[in-house]
Amino acid sequence: MASEATKKHPWHMVEPSPWPAVGSAGAFIMAVGGIWYMHEGPIYGFLAGLAVVLYCMYGWWRDVVREAESGADHTAPVQHGLRMGMVLFIASEVMFFVAFFWAYFNSSVPFLSFVAHETWPPEGIVPLDTWGLPFLNTLILLTSGATVTWAHHAVKANDRGKFILGLGLTVALGFIFIGLQAYEYAHAAFGIKDGIYPSTFYLATGFHGFHVFVGACFLTVCFFRAKAGHFKPEQHIGFEAAAWYWHFVDVVWLFLFCWIYWWGSFGYAG
Amino acid sequence: MANGASDAAHHAHDHKPTGLGRWLYSTNHKDIGTMYIVLSIIAAVVGGAMSGMIRLELAEPGIQYIEDFQFYNVLVTAHGFIMVFFVVMPGLIGGFGNWIVPLMIGAPDMAFPRMNNISFWLLAAALVLMVMAGLTGSGPGTGWTVYPPLSNADFHSDAAVDFGILSLHLAGASSVLGAINFITTILNMRATGMTLHRMPLFVWSILVTAFLLLLAIPVLAGALTMLLTDRNFGTAFFSPEGGGDPILWQHLFWFFGHPEVYIMVLPAFGVISQIVSTFSRKPVFGYLGMAYAMIAIGFIGFIVWAHHMNAVGLDVNTRAYFVAATMVIAVPTGVKIFSWIATMWGGSLRFDTPMLWALGFIFLFVVGGVTGVVLANAGADMAFHDTYYVVAHFHYVLSIAAVFAMFAGFYYWIGKMSGRQYPEGLGKLHFWITFIGVNVMFFPQHFLGMAGMPRRIPDYPDAYAGWNMVSSIGAAITMVGTLLFFIVLFRTLGAGRKVEANPWGEGATTLEWAVPSPAPFHTHEDTPNVEAQPAE
Repeated sequence: MASEATKKHPWHMVEPSPWPAVGSAGAFIMAVGGIWYMHEGPIYGFLAGLAVVLYCMYGWWRDVVREAESGADHTAPVQHGLRMGMVLFIASEVMFFVAFFWAYFNSSVPFLSFVAHETWPPEGIVPLDTWGLPFLNTLILLTSGATVTWAHHAVKANDRGKFILGLGLTVALGFIFIGLQAYEYAHAAFGIKDGIYPSTFYLATGFHGFHVFVGACFLTVCFFRAKAGHFKPEQHIGFEAAAWYWHFVDVVWLFLFCWIYWWGSFGYAG
Repeated sequence: MANGASDAAHHAHDHKPTGLGRWLYSTNHKDIGTMYIVLSIIAAVVGGAMSGMIRLELAEPGIQYIEDFQFYNVLVTAHGFIMVFFVVMPGLIGGFGNWIVPLMIGAPDMAFPRMNNISFWLLAAALVLMVMAGLTGSGPGTGWTVYPPLSNADFHSDAAVDFGILSLHLAGASSVLGAINFITTILNMRATGMTLHRMPLFVWSILVTAFLLLLAIPVLAGALTMLLTDRNFGTAFFSPEGGGDPILWQHLFWFFGHPEVYIMVLPAFGVISQIVSTFSRKPVFGYLGMAYAMIAIGFIGFIVWAHHMNAVGLDVNTRAYFVAATMVIAVPTGVKIFSWIATMWGGSLRFDTPMLWALGFIFLFVVGGVTGVVLANAGADMAFHDTYYVVAHFHYVLSIAAVFAMFAGFYYWIGKMSGRQYPEGLGKLHFWITFIGVNVMFFPQHFLGMAGMPRRIPDYPDAYAGWNMVSSIGAAITMVGTLLFFIVLFRTLGAGRKVEANPWGEGATTLEWAVPSPAPFHTHEDTPNVEAQPAE
């Protein structure tokens, strides 16, 4: 900033930016397009809005990365604020999943509601085999949690090779998880319209899968940034945020695995 | 631009950006706050017009104007949504929060200025979607609570409810991002020496509100998503034929909805605390108690949601718990009311316009508060549920008390925001007309409710005619008051007296009064030190 020399506070005074307006316009188009699609219209409107939103994300975060790498904007207090913002965002995400677990327990735990099923899964539902693909996916996500922590130690130790390797492994495991989830969906014995069990199952695991996708993309960006020489041992907020997000996604999965896949199949007589 | 790559852009930072870009691309908390206030006023005109139509229809028994009852339902629904999400929240949180919080804590701007702007523009997009909802097909006639099965595809088959859902999704995203921004700003960017226990109470109120938003809104987002997939993709969350549960919606909605009412009224508490202290020329009585009372209200607000569902058949133990928990809220609320009174006690009181609105707020909130205690009884609520008693209750606490706090804040800070002072006489006239109008409008609704008049119905038996006419006359008086507000607004901006940095004198001790009026584009470029200042 021109006032950099004279600036008497540590805060980042962000220049005017087109991205918020672009992103809001994109979200609006996506909403209208999505409604059009849901009422027998084509999907182009939704996709157009999505494209605008993605363009906004690209431009906005490109600017953030440049600001981070400029060295001047992200002072220590600003970094503290960025971390705080990420933690709060994750807290709000946790509450989003609370809604879906609430729906799940509302129909599966008898004393919680009048409609809760005596047997869970409800009659006629053949649940997935807990110790098959779901357990493999658990191992994959837990391993990816370890590799991302390994990458974190590497960047702190300024070991770029291991940092990039750790990131690459994490991203690969993340996408393998998504692939296996897609395979599982394709081979499940119940469709989304088959009542409350599939409703809670597909929305809870589906939103989790989407979050894995987002986290994997976030880490992919970090991977390429790492290759481009970004991140320093003492300043790597972008990566830290991605790693926190990844751990959050990991923990949500453990809840899904324990309650929906495992506990949720206890009542299945076979 | 963004990373300050070019010198030209560097200079842009030192000067006010101009033209449309100043607003569209804004990263300035004052400009964004102003946009929120303008949006709030525009939405208030729309939502207020709807309430005018409702009161016209209800003025006399029989059907006057609204032959299409679905349209009446749409009016009720849209009035609620617009007032909650597009008037009170943007006015108090987005508007005053943005404008005043950074000034009060000595920060040069919000923590995430770009994100601040998308919070605003998402809300603008949400407002357009909400208006589109009203204009699509037969409109959303669900009430703001959107209960299934009424809101499902069987009873609202066109896209209107989907527009409403997506509107709330965008408004919710706006609120969550705003909440993250406020919490980070307040926790991270305070002036030297301003510990949490020395923060002005308005800042405290926004901090607590932001936590409520952060934790409550995502649950609504989840519920709305379930409703959307129930309507369009064949899931069965709320449909018993698929094993789902309509009551689940009510739990999820009110787990959001009850904190939401504190989201609307906590910032009002903050505004009132500042004003009562300023015009009593005394620090707030029991400052710490006031701050922790807000935290207590915020916390308890999360564990009382099912008192909105007393009549749906929850078992008696559940209701007993929710009755008890609900009544507990009266304790911290009492702390606030009595502390405001104790602040005035022995103070050198000045009854400028902001103080009149603040006193009006305290009166209205007490009335709405005591009817709240009545309604908290699950037994009594079996009779009062869905009657005009409930309408009177929540309009006293929310619509009129919260709106009084907005007007109080407007008169208190307009000098700081515009550099011009409001006309005192007109301001007082505005207060008295509105105060009489809202009480004439809403107080008789208690009688109507106790006599059993149901809410959300466009017609009623002749027995209810008298008080309904009185109520509608009150609405007309209020409308005159509202017109007066616009005269005040234009007189202030067009011909208001130029105002000094602190027009209120020694009572106004918070940092916003230390910067010139109007507050320059950038303020607190040198972090203030409040080490020496006594805690409020």
